[in-house]
Amino acid sequence: MSVEAREARQPWILLTPALTAVTLLLFVPLAFIVVYSFWLRTATGADEVGFYLDNWREALTDPFYRDILLNTLKIAFITTLVCALMGYPAAYFIARSRGNKALLLLLLMLPFWISYIIRTMSWINILGVSGAFNTAFMTIGIIDEPIQMLYNETTVILGLVHFLLPFMILNVFVSVDGIDTNLEDAATSLGATRWQAFVQVTLPLSLPGLAAGSLLCFVLGAGTYITPLVLGGPTDAMFANLVFEAIITQLNWPMGSALSLMLLVVLGVLVMIYNRYLGMAQLMKGLG
Amino acid sequence: MGWNLIRGWTVLVYVFMFLPVAVVVLLSFNASQFGSFPMTGFSFRWFVELWNNDAILRAFRTSIVLGLLTALISTTLGVLASLALVRYRVPGANMVSTLLIAPILVPEVVLAVALLLFLNFLGINKSFTLLLFGHVIFTLPFVILVVQARLVAIRRDVEEAAMSLGASPMQTFFQITLPLMLPAVLAGALFAFTISFDDITGTLFWKPGGVETVPTQIFAMLRNSISPEINALGTVMIVMTVGLPLLGAAIARQLARRSGT
Repeated sequence: MSVEAREARQPWILLTPALTAVTLLLFVPLAFIVVYSFWLRTATGADEVGFYLDNWREALTDPFYRDILLNTLKIAFITTLVCALMGYPAAYFIARSRGNKALLLLLLMLPFWISYIIRTMSWINILGVSGAFNTAFMTIGIIDEPIQMLYNETTVILGLVHFLLPFMILNVFVSVDGIDTNLEDAATSLGATRWQAFVQVTLPLSLPGLAAGSLLCFVLGAGTYITPLVLGGPTDAMFANLVFEAIITQLNWPMGSALSLMLLVVLGVLVMIYNRYLGMAQLMKGLG
Repeated sequence: MGWNLIRGWTVLVYVFMFLPVAVVVLLSFNASQFGSFPMTGFSFRWFVELWNNDAILRAFRTSIVLGLLTALISTTLGVLASLALVRYRVPGANMVSTLLIAPILVPEVVLAVALLLFLNFLGINKSFTLLLFGHVIFTLPFVILVVQARLVAIRRDVEEAAMSLGASPMQTFFQITLPLMLPAVLAGALFAFTISFDDITGTLFWKPGGVETVPTQIFAMLRNSISPEINALGTVMIVMTVGLPLLGAAIARQLARRSGT
């Protein structure tokens, strides 16, 4: 074999283990559940191999699934909106602050290292019947009996915002940090107010970061089932909870496959639209 | 005026992010019987209680072994792939990158279901092996992103100098490239360990009955009521997952300084 040929083969030898892992542990399994979703779980608990449209018919026409899917998208949307409103000014501040930028950034990274389940359950200590708020209110005398503030849709959104906010801030930060401050100065020197300069110069330039953060918040928020289980009530199930129920509780794996694929398609379409207009590079900037 | 408003807002955002977590740590030292306010005194009893709780110790052992194995495999695969992508002209490099990042573009629930059902079809039931496969595939993209970002910074000419002075490719790799890469490798491994250690979404699908990791153990304990033990367990986890990376970053900086990059 020539030297050139060996040179050309080398990267593929290095890539083979990782590509094999991704193929066998992700792509083949995904293809497999596509097939699996057309099988049927019979009353005896065995799978009937074949091409049945029953699961898909049920998943796509039953209003129960449709309502929960719509509600999931609604929750993810509100979560994303709140993250953007809370996170944008904070990210802007970090990017433009002069003194303690490194410390602010380190603090921003910390939540990524703190376990999701702990951050989620920490709200029980704050809002629970014997949590910080109730204790404080009763001590001051605003209320006599503790009130249950937990286990509703609002606390699910609260938990999700708490979990996803760092993703939003980080992405917007990366974007704003890359904008030359001279641009804003130039705008103001030409007679724009600081607010005008922000709205017409900085904000449009930071939209890719805002979009990347929003995509992450939406997709991660819409795919969760832990937050509703910990902070939601019995009626606050999200779509991923239905998947969990079908797979783990009811052991109806063909139906679970169909529901998983529905979720994948709905969120995948969003990722593709994003990729079409903005490309994956922006997203990788925020992740790396 | 506007700037102060933004500053105030940022402070509030940081308080929102950290206050609940701070309360977990605070309450873990509460002497009271119940995992809630008011604080009745300062005590380490819940940490002692943790130490005496077999189920929790078992969960810790599982999480640590799983995290270490995940880090080992994921980092090996990730470093090799990153080397290929950074050091060689790979035809279709963009496509290859996207394929390797795919596990984090797919919602974790869907990844969990697909892997569980497929491996079960192959005869691998819910087991430690399934958990390990799952954690490897889920952490691999993060390792590749982190390692790649740092590999780019290593200069090629040092290796070329070694080769021109008569070192074989193997010698060059082990004596020059690997030591220079070490911070990147460690960062990747640490990242993989922490993500594995924290994971619950996939783990709940993959874990066999009776086996718990620390997050699933906390989740199971939440079903009863919030006990001071959960807060103590949370505190230990925070110390582990925040303290380890900070320590790792410090070590990496030391190494980088010594090797002069």
